[in-house]
Amino acid sequence: MKKSVFLGALTVAGIIAGGASAATLDEVKARGKLNCGVTTGVPGFAEPDASGVWQGFDVAVCRAVAAAVLGDGNAVEFVPTTGKTRFTALASGEIDLLARNTTWTFSRDVDLKFEFTGVNYYDGQGFMVPTELGVASAKDLDGATVCIQTGTTTELNLADFFRSNNISYEPVPIETGAEAVQQYIAGACDVYTTDASALAAQRANFEDPSAHVLLPEIVSKEPLGPLVRHGDNEWADIARWTLNALITAEELGVTSVNLEELSAGTENPEVNRLLGTEGELGSMLGLDAGWAKAALGVAGNYGEIFEKNIGAATPIGLARGLNAQWTDGGLIYSPPFR
Amino acid sequence: MTTLADPHKESFKLSMLLNDTRYRSLTFQFIALVAIIAAMAFIGGNLVRNLAEAGLNISYDFLGAQAGYDINQRLISYDSQDTHGRAAIVGLLNTLIVAFLGCITATVIGVVAGVLRLSPNWLVRKIMSFYVEIFRNVPVLIWILIIFSIMINATPAPRAFRGDNATASMWFFDSVAVTNRGVYLPKPIWGTGSMLVVGVFIASIIGIFLFRRYARKQLFDHGKMVPTLWPTIGLFFVPAILAQLVMGSPISLDYPELKGFNFTGGAQIRGSLIALWFALAIYTGAFIAENVRAGILAISKGQTEAAGALGLRPGRIMNLVVLPQALRIIIPPLISQYLNITKNSSLAIAVGYMDLTGTLGGITLLQTGRAIEAVLLLMMFYLIISLSISFIMNIYNNSMKLKER
Amino acid sequence: MSDSTSNVAFVRTEQIPPSAPPMAASGPVKWVKDNLFSGVFNTILTLVAFYVVARFAVFVFPWFYNGVWDAASRKECLEILDGVNGACFAVLVDRWDHLVFGFKYPPEGYWRIILSVVLLLVAAAPALFSSLPRKLLFFTAFYPFLAFWLVWGGSLWLPLTILGLIIATLLIFRLISSEISVDVRKLVAGAIGVICGAGLAYLLFIGAQELVFIANSVGTEGLVSTVAYGVFWIMAIFAYVFCIPMGIFVGYAIFNSFEDGGLVSIVASLLFAYLAFSFLLAPIWMALNAVAPIELPAVASRDMGGFMLNMLLGTICVSLSIPLGILLALGRQSPMPLIKGVCVVFIEFIRGVPLITLLFVANVMLAYFLPPESNFDLILRVIIMITLFSAAYIAEVIRGGLAALPKGQYEAADSLGLDYAQATRLIILPQALKISIPGIVNVAVGLFKDTTLVSIISMFDLVGMIRGPIQNSTEWTSVYWEVYGFGALLFFVVCYSISQYSQWLERQLNTSHH
Repeated sequence: MKKSVFLGALTVAGIIAGGASAATLDEVKARGKLNCGVTTGVPGFAEPDASGVWQGFDVAVCRAVAAAVLGDGNAVEFVPTTGKTRFTALASGEIDLLARNTTWTFSRDVDLKFEFTGVNYYDGQGFMVPTELGVASAKDLDGATVCIQTGTTTELNLADFFRSNNISYEPVPIETGAEAVQQYIAGACDVYTTDASALAAQRANFEDPSAHVLLPEIVSKEPLGPLVRHGDNEWADIARWTLNALITAEELGVTSVNLEELSAGTENPEVNRLLGTEGELGSMLGLDAGWAKAALGVAGNYGEIFEKNIGAATPIGLARGLNAQWTDGGLIYSPPFR
Repeated sequence: MTTLADPHKESFKLSMLLNDTRYRSLTFQFIALVAIIAAMAFIGGNLVRNLAEAGLNISYDFLGAQAGYDINQRLISYDSQDTHGRAAIVGLLNTLIVAFLGCITATVIGVVAGVLRLSPNWLVRKIMSFYVEIFRNVPVLIWILIIFSIMINATPAPRAFRGDNATASMWFFDSVAVTNRGVYLPKPIWGTGSMLVVGVFIASIIGIFLFRRYARKQLFDHGKMVPTLWPTIGLFFVPAILAQLVMGSPISLDYPELKGFNFTGGAQIRGSLIALWFALAIYTGAFIAENVRAGILAISKGQTEAAGALGLRPGRIMNLVVLPQALRIIIPPLISQYLNITKNSSLAIAVGYMDLTGTLGGITLLQTGRAIEAVLLLMMFYLIISLSISFIMNIYNNSMKLKER
Repeated sequence: MSDSTSNVAFVRTEQIPPSAPPMAASGPVKWVKDNLFSGVFNTILTLVAFYVVARFAVFVFPWFYNGVWDAASRKECLEILDGVNGACFAVLVDRWDHLVFGFKYPPEGYWRIILSVVLLLVAAAPALFSSLPRKLLFFTAFYPFLAFWLVWGGSLWLPLTILGLIIATLLIFRLISSEISVDVRKLVAGAIGVICGAGLAYLLFIGAQELVFIANSVGTEGLVSTVAYGVFWIMAIFAYVFCIPMGIFVGYAIFNSFEDGGLVSIVASLLFAYLAFSFLLAPIWMALNAVAPIELPAVASRDMGGFMLNMLLGTICVSLSIPLGILLALGRQSPMPLIKGVCVVFIEFIRGVPLITLLFVANVMLAYFLPPESNFDLILRVIIMITLFSAAYIAEVIRGGLAALPKGQYEAADSLGLDYAQATRLIILPQALKISIPGIVNVAVGLFKDTTLVSIISMFDLVGMIRGPIQNSTEWTSVYWEVYGFGALLFFVVCYSISQYSQWLERQLNTSHH
């Protein structure tokens, strides 16, 4: 009798979980949902809100890709992953796209056989200390106890930084951001280090944010971006150019407000190509002509997504900085739509 | 005799493989072997195919590669330039430390709580039942998280010790500091000649054992009570202290001192170790308490009464009559509790204690992406630890068993 | 004589009414004296214990009493408390649904979960209390299908069709084993023997090819690989050599059983079940659903969360692992060295490694061991691993039960001429299982608690929900005691009730042995 439950569950599992094979696009279309790997909760980047709807900067990428492929930004199955499980989930085909604060590194790209489809946030590892310690530079941290959130490249950067500056430290590895913050607030560690964006996000939640400072040193390059499996170039192209569409849209001034108006046709040929009123870009990707319009229709362009989730007006309060458009002195740059 | 049909003369028929009990079990085993091989073929084939599709391979070379991360608690020398293999060994030793400490503490807690649950004191009895029930019925992971949170928030941070209006102070004449980063203790520094002091100390411990054995022999053979308490205490302290003074204090203590961000000097028992150790001990202690209680209750009341009739005091009845017999019942479940502590120590990941799961199954796995190899190695290490513990404890159990003559 | 005594004035004719005992020897005073202050040591213990309890109460009580139940975030809680020691229970109110049902389960479907929990109690009752009417066991058997439908939704016809097919399988078993005549059965046995023999030979042939493929991809570089290469080749040759003889033999064995019908009916019903589930299941339930749609909104297993996920994993895994555990325990008792060896290795391996490593296997390895096209989702892989885990522990409990049976029971069964299957089914297992129930319940409680470990592999069970979305959310960072305390309370209520039941049962079993 019990066996049948198992069989039934198997059937259900067979329905909801597609297989891992080359044609991810076809599978996603057949399934009608995009399986997108996200974190288990980083404020501003990916977290379920009180009503259980995933919100955040990385989540917006998932939604944009889902909209480009399926025409519906809500046709996403968000799969929470930890640092440990994310790569296996992607490699085994459990998820189609991983948008989870993942640093683009050589070994991940080459050795682990993944394909990074661009950078949606340029980050770097920073340090946060209580103001009362009077520390001005990370080089003054000799002998300090440092809380690290594990599961990232953070441990390695930290070890490198302290070794190259020939100063000692005591690492305290913590699994979740919430627990790292708990230790840091209670004074069980002097310094908390992780990506600067997460530091800013978590500091914003403190009772007294002004009692803590971010040190000026950024000890690593952390280009964070969505990634897909090696080998399915069509699918990688879709993910890459959806992200590029969000970026280009900001550069060209296409926003969620004027999207409808512009998609009727404009003087600017690149806008027309982007929005599918000119050229065949959509069909080259194997998508509708209005794919980019659909992607932009979810939450607007890159700049809008940034401002809505992590921008200066939000509790996270991040400045654009490196993540400004290249025209404004930042690094966000999309190849042309042509 | 010869007229009886000799079964061997009966010609072998295929149906005998099924219907003759002599051959049937062979047939079944042969079929099982074929099934196992088929399963191996299925699993292995899938593995090879899936790995090929993902472009991966199985290789243990990563164990020789540079680890690149630091570990705070290490018994053997290790830094970020060492290999992943060495990091795994550091983690293994950390697992063993916490398992060892946890087993000892849990046994003490368990025996005390188990005995107190049978105490005539109503209040104590109720408190102990409360303790046992509340710890047995809530997952150990929740306890680890709660105890870790208590540890972090209830003890002062090192910075509370600083300044003129410090809110916290060190204990025992400024020699012990209890902080939320752990407990800092004075550390002995071994000067020249300290080996002699240690030697004297060890000799006096051996002396204590010999003396107690002598006292026991006197008691059993001649019925003479030789006082043991004061000679024991004297033997324990006096010779070693004398040697220390005579040799001109070769062993000195290095006291912890607040310098910069942290206490420096002395020995640090890290907060993560304490939290995990304490959580495992108090959780498993509740189970051991139940085993101890069941063991004591299983000893028939006649034993207690007989001992009482002989004029033994309650404490002696417990120590000399009831517990030795109860031990035989307690030890087998105790073995599985020790195994549980070892296995539950893998939850160290929740408090950031770098045990085997944190190094090999954690950061190494993450950094190298060698999930299959790392998890297999991880299971192998735990299997070896578990099998060794049950092997050692079974030897002990057999030595404790009632010798039937 | 009697007269004279009765008339003496100074002799009492009636008994004195018993006077109340002295104050110090009765009532609360005596109780306190006996139970709390019966000696110096006890007095000290009482004082210490009282001090501990008082300290604890003084700290915790105001925390409870001042608790804030209505606030939108922790900051608001702190403002309301204004420096007073108090809890922020508002998080429980705000995130109640998430803690209990997970954040993806549709809120309008919560009644389904509640109903299936209530029905679970009803279904479990006849198994737990032997005094209830046995007819209720039919509901217990039906419950898994109903609960599956309630929790996962979709069409009711799917579980009903599965149930129907299972019943059909059992009917076929009966039909072949006892209803049809020996001549007809001979025909059936011949046909099924040929089918199974040919199928097995084919499967083994494929397996052999697979082994050669594995051997070749392992290669001969290095000692370990060379040994593995050799082993795989030996197994491959074994499979090649025996694929046809095995096929013939198994086919013959099936045919050979036509007289008593045991093997052929089992194989025939299994074959039917395989075909039915592969080819009949989907068309039938879809057709039925098209005619009379009875549907609940479907919920994916990934959307299960909160305490419900713990309950789900606990119930499913325990009920699946009991049959598996029985098989393992019987295998471990088997006189056949190979089967015994496999069972011993499996049990000791599982019991020797922590559950968390098995969950890592479910999480990062199992996908590689399964065929590429069958992508089980995480919850199913976790169910598989937890089931294997608890099966090993339950097997040990049942082995204890088997060992506790007097040898006379086995001998009596043999002397009645029962074969192994009959003896086990009719004599050994019913008694061994009865002895093992308290042990199995303990394993079940332990397993239920261990389901919290799934939080470490990124599943949002109760603990995962607390450590993930709740503590990371902007509103509820730094909320610990309230949520952990709530989690502990939920588990305590469930586990304590089950262990009380187990103790009750042990008492019942004890008296029945007198």
